[in-house]
Amino acid sequence: MKKLTRDEMARRVALDIPEGAYVNLGIGVPTLVANHLAADKEIFLHSENGLLGMGPAPAKGEEDDELINAGKQHVTLLTGGAYFHHADSFAMMRGGHLDFCVLGAFQVSAKGDLANWHTGAPDAIPAVGGAMDLAIGAKQVYVMMEHLTKQGESKIAAECTYPVTGVGCVNRIYTDLAMIDVTAQGLVVREIFSDIDFDALHKLTGVPLIDGTQTARAA
Amino acid sequence: MINKIFESLQAAVADVHDGATVMIGGFGTAGMPSELIDALIEQGARELTIVNNNAGNGDIGLAALLKAKRVRKIICSFPRQTDSYVFDALYRAGEIELELVPQGNLAERIRAAGAGIGGFFTPTGYGTKLAEGKETRLIDGKHYVLEAPLHADFALIKAYKGDRWGNLVYRKTARNFGPIMASAAKTAIAQVTAVVPLGALDPEAIVTPGIFVQRVIEVPQAAHQSAATAA
Repeated sequence: MKKLTRDEMARRVALDIPEGAYVNLGIGVPTLVANHLAADKEIFLHSENGLLGMGPAPAKGEEDDELINAGKQHVTLLTGGAYFHHADSFAMMRGGHLDFCVLGAFQVSAKGDLANWHTGAPDAIPAVGGAMDLAIGAKQVYVMMEHLTKQGESKIAAECTYPVTGVGCVNRIYTDLAMIDVTAQGLVVREIFSDIDFDALHKLTGVPLIDGTQTARAA
Repeated sequence: MINKIFESLQAAVADVHDGATVMIGGFGTAGMPSELIDALIEQGARELTIVNNNAGNGDIGLAALLKAKRVRKIICSFPRQTDSYVFDALYRAGEIELELVPQGNLAERIRAAGAGIGGFFTPTGYGTKLAEGKETRLIDGKHYVLEAPLHADFALIKAYKGDRWGNLVYRKTARNFGPIMASAAKTAIAQVTAVVPLGALDPEAIVTPGIFVQRVIEVPQAAHQSAATAA
């Protein structure tokens, strides 16, 4: 079965982010999306530790320990970028000013519940960071994850078995097999990236899916 | 003449009492007031409640304070990091209490305290473990959780430049929690890279007006700055 690599997934997500969008890319795989945003499009990357207009990693020797992203990696600021404090930064999310956020996930439920902050393991030290704020804090919340776990179980589930990060907050899921919208009618498959057909994808996923691959997208 | 400039780190933290709630600025090590924390360790106050985004990195700053067993409780959003081994060990041994707060709620609780707000309804965390037992409300079709303001006795923050009235500007992403922590604490203590004369800071660009700041101490070079690296 053909699967997209993480880089190919990131490239696919990047195609759907228009010029002028204010975007937060979550820690981990979603940060790869930045590498695939078209150079001729002006897109504003937000980092919750207080910057808008985040640029790429600095050249070696140019690192500044006071210029980092949410993952605490060295970054740069684009010309025209801005710094602000934490309450303003989260007002940008919670206040509905961010157009998109792209997050990794352990699981997404058929109703768009997101689980990405805690494995639920009893000995795990819990850490949430900005995950719960991001989950409810953008106009469009996109999830980027592998379709199946290493054990072959669908990460899209009827209900999340991991502790949830946000309830009914996910708008779209990009996996290595398909792009799926969470709608009032249910999960609608918009594109299949693999060499399998809708029925095979449906069987792998194990929750009700609507075949929207033939219909033009409203968005 | 009003002069909030302190001449020594020791004097700036001398009155931090046992059991105090102390906010400490910084996101990881960016903006962490390491020299003020070192002075607090030397001062010896115990049973502290610490508010910070994280729970210390490596063996310096906040991690050193934890290692010295001065902290009873930490209120933070992201304790677990690749280099948070000091906290991890204390937590697993049951020697420190953790109150985990989503980062935006943490920031807003601090802001609310500084702004005199008695509580607020936030959508963040609704329906999750971190909102269990909390009052909720449906407002215009959206679910919210009631969160309380977070006050402190002291705030230790790091800024870039400050003057004798306590006006502050920050540097890049080291700003993070500094401005809101200054407003939420009874006594806000800022270590600045440079003290500048009154009038040297552009009034249009002052980030924290001096009313929020009680003490300023010049620490010309942040000693641990080069220790902060990519996680």
